[in-house]
Amino acid sequence: MFDIVMRISLLILAVSTLMYFYRLVKGPTVPDRVVALDAIGINLIGMTAVISVVLKTNSFLEVILLLGILAFIGTVAFSKFLEKGEIIENDRNQ
Amino acid sequence: MIEISKAISGYLILQGAVLCFIASIGVLRLPDVYTRNHAASKGATLGVMSLLLGVFLYFLMVEGHFNSRVLLGIAFVFLTSPVAGHLIMRAAYNTKVPLWENSVQNDLKKKNAGDPERTSHPRIRDK
Repeated sequence: MFDIVMRISLLILAVSTLMYFYRLVKGPTVPDRVVALDAIGINLIGMTAVISVVLKTNSFLEVILLLGILAFIGTVAFSKFLEKGEIIENDRNQ
Repeated sequence: MIEISKAISGYLILQGAVLCFIASIGVLRLPDVYTRNHAASKGATLGVMSLLLGVFLYFLMVEGHFNSRVLLGIAFVFLTSPVAGHLIMRAAYNTKVPLWENSVQNDLKKKNAGDPERTSHPRIRDK
């Protein structure tokens, strides 16, 4: 029963990632695509967690924290690029 | 005891997956980027937090393994996902992504009217 519930949750998460992927391809503006990519990263965290329960191993749990950090840094870099045109400003060069 | 633990963590994981699914339905169907981000940041954050709590309880009670990284992951997602949503929506507003045409209220527009040198930091402008 527990195993079936895990597989159903994995299927639900996969379908949800597919719907985000539709928004990533079609999305009319750039922030739409960034929102979809961020949400795909969040979904990937959940899929990693469920897969580590299905495989009964705790070796993948570091990946969860790593994916969270990477998704956040990617979104911050994209929003800085959209807003200011550059990601790392260097004021001393002026 | 094992069965009760499995039932609790299975319920939490299924609830998290369903919340992520509802968030993705919102991203698919809502009309503009602000409402889409409203669905994505709230729904996906709560969903993945519930899912990670279920996974943590599974490893704690069934496998007898206390994993602090999952707890750190929950705290990190809870702290950073709304901040990321705020940053990308501020960038969207400042790059003039239009609101839905049936929107009735835009407080920032009234505040910034007649100010051509509007920057993203009103506090810096006041100095």
